[in-house]
Amino acid sequence: MKWAIAADKISKHFGRVKALREVSFALPPGELVALAGPNGAGKTTLLKLIVGLIRPSGGTIRIFDEVPAACSLTTRRQLGYLPENVAFNDALTGRETLLFYARLKKERPEISLSLLERVGLTAAAGRRVAAYSKGMRQRLGLAQALLGNPRALLLDEPTSGLDPAFRERFYELVRQLRDRGTTVLLSSHALTELEERADRIIIMKEGIIVANATLGELRREAQLPSRIVLTMAEGVSADDAAKLAPAASMRQINPDVLEFLCPERDKMDLIRRIVAKGTAIVDLEVVPPGLDKLYAHFLGAHVEAR
Amino acid sequence: MNSIFIICAREILLGIRNRWVLATTLLLAALSLSLVLLGSTPTGQVGVGALDVVIVSLTSLSIFLVPLIALLIAHDAIVGEAERGTLPLLLSYPVRRWQVILGKFSGHVLILLFAAVIGYGAAAAALTVTGADLLRQSLVAFMIMVGSSVLLGAVFIAVAYLISTLAPDRGTAVGAAIGVWLLLVLIYDMALLGILVIDQGKMITAGILNTLLLLNPTDVYRLLNLTRSASVSQFAGMMGLAQNAVWSQFTLLAVLMLWIIVPLALAATVFTRRQV
Repeated sequence: MKWAIAADKISKHFGRVKALREVSFALPPGELVALAGPNGAGKTTLLKLIVGLIRPSGGTIRIFDEVPAACSLTTRRQLGYLPENVAFNDALTGRETLLFYARLKKERPEISLSLLERVGLTAAAGRRVAAYSKGMRQRLGLAQALLGNPRALLLDEPTSGLDPAFRERFYELVRQLRDRGTTVLLSSHALTELEERADRIIIMKEGIIVANATLGELRREAQLPSRIVLTMAEGVSADDAAKLAPAASMRQINPDVLEFLCPERDKMDLIRRIVAKGTAIVDLEVVPPGLDKLYAHFLGAHVEAR
Repeated sequence: MNSIFIICAREILLGIRNRWVLATTLLLAALSLSLVLLGSTPTGQVGVGALDVVIVSLTSLSIFLVPLIALLIAHDAIVGEAERGTLPLLLSYPVRRWQVILGKFSGHVLILLFAAVIGYGAAAAALTVTGADLLRQSLVAFMIMVGSSVLLGAVFIAVAYLISTLAPDRGTAVGAAIGVWLLLVLIYDMALLGILVIDQGKMITAGILNTLLLLNPTDVYRLLNLTRSASVSQFAGMMGLAQNAVWSQFTLLAVLMLWIIVPLALAATVFTRRQV
């Protein structure tokens, strides 16, 4: 089995709404893939198709070589899913909720209790879910998704409502699973978080995939300029430094701070020239285009292509 | 099998938490006890068990109440979970959808069983305490009444599950549940009676009437309980029907079982096709 999850030209229509249009992709085991895209791009629909909650209108989708909507219980046991806006029965406590799901996955009760500790819910475990905040529900949702050491983890906006400290912990938990061979597909709007963590990024728009690559590949393909910021020593004329690169790419932020937008291929040349200036330059900062810029670029390119 | 048990156990726990178990048990106990207290006066007649009177009153009461309770506790079993958003998560777990239906169904039936045994049992216990003579025969009839009440409840729980899997939202499910209750509990018998009066026995023979009675689970329940023994049917004013009754206890029970299996199987089929 080469791919953990593979989709071949899957479409999904809800009445006249085409939520997905001939989407194809394949995810190998042990990869952390981020799914980005504006609201209504089809991210949730795609995740539901992989989990088998809905069936595609066309095309084929496989999870561990099985059709999701009709897969064996063994395969289903190796699947962790966190739905968008996860909901639980309010009348049960956090512990009861997690134990219920653990039993369904034939997971030992001690494991589920240790999961509660890992998501920081031990103190609230005896309280009813009705009294939980949004973030606590989300933590409980993550705990249930992690039950049974899943080989495929599908998370629909997992970090929404989580505090920054726990987000770090969450990514740590996900990374551990990824390192053990779990395929993780998570949809999110928090682009800056994904930038450092995802092995690969899939950008969707209006039911199609507009980009599917690593961050480096996206940068190379997009050819977006890096931002180079110079701080000059006191008494050095800005005009002197301005000659380093074409004026059109330059912007003066402060009397002694200059910013250049430099295409990838010219970057090293420019840096060499800057270094050659010696002590006239006291600080140099190179900022590659962020995922937010790339995201905007690929969404924009998609619009132009149409 | 195990998954069914896990889901059933959770349904019972939820029933205890949201007070359905308590409310149903108290309601049935209060009504059956008040019937014992009120009903023991007019017995008068020598040689008739006090329990027979209670059976008649409780049967008539159960025909209205048990279907209503069953529809109430079960109408949102599926559509409620769908609306609260708990359904997608449950269905992503290693359970078959028919197991979800069967697990939740058995949980609801057990809740009703508990309420009926405790609630109606309270009436029998009260009679024992007041020192009334309980004939063995009456006791058997009483137990059949409790058992068939649960069976009647199970029929309506199964029907409620079918409604719950078909309904697009909770409001529709409530409306449909009330509609089914009105139709099977009130309108069917009234319409049947009206037709009989108009027809004056020209078209509708005893055979057709018996078949028509078999089509409605509440009538099956009535036949099962009120025509069993002579003393009971005499009190119930069912002598006429009792004499014409051609259906054996076995047939009546089989019909009730069908009324459980068919809606439940349909519900499972619809639910399996449903996209969440």
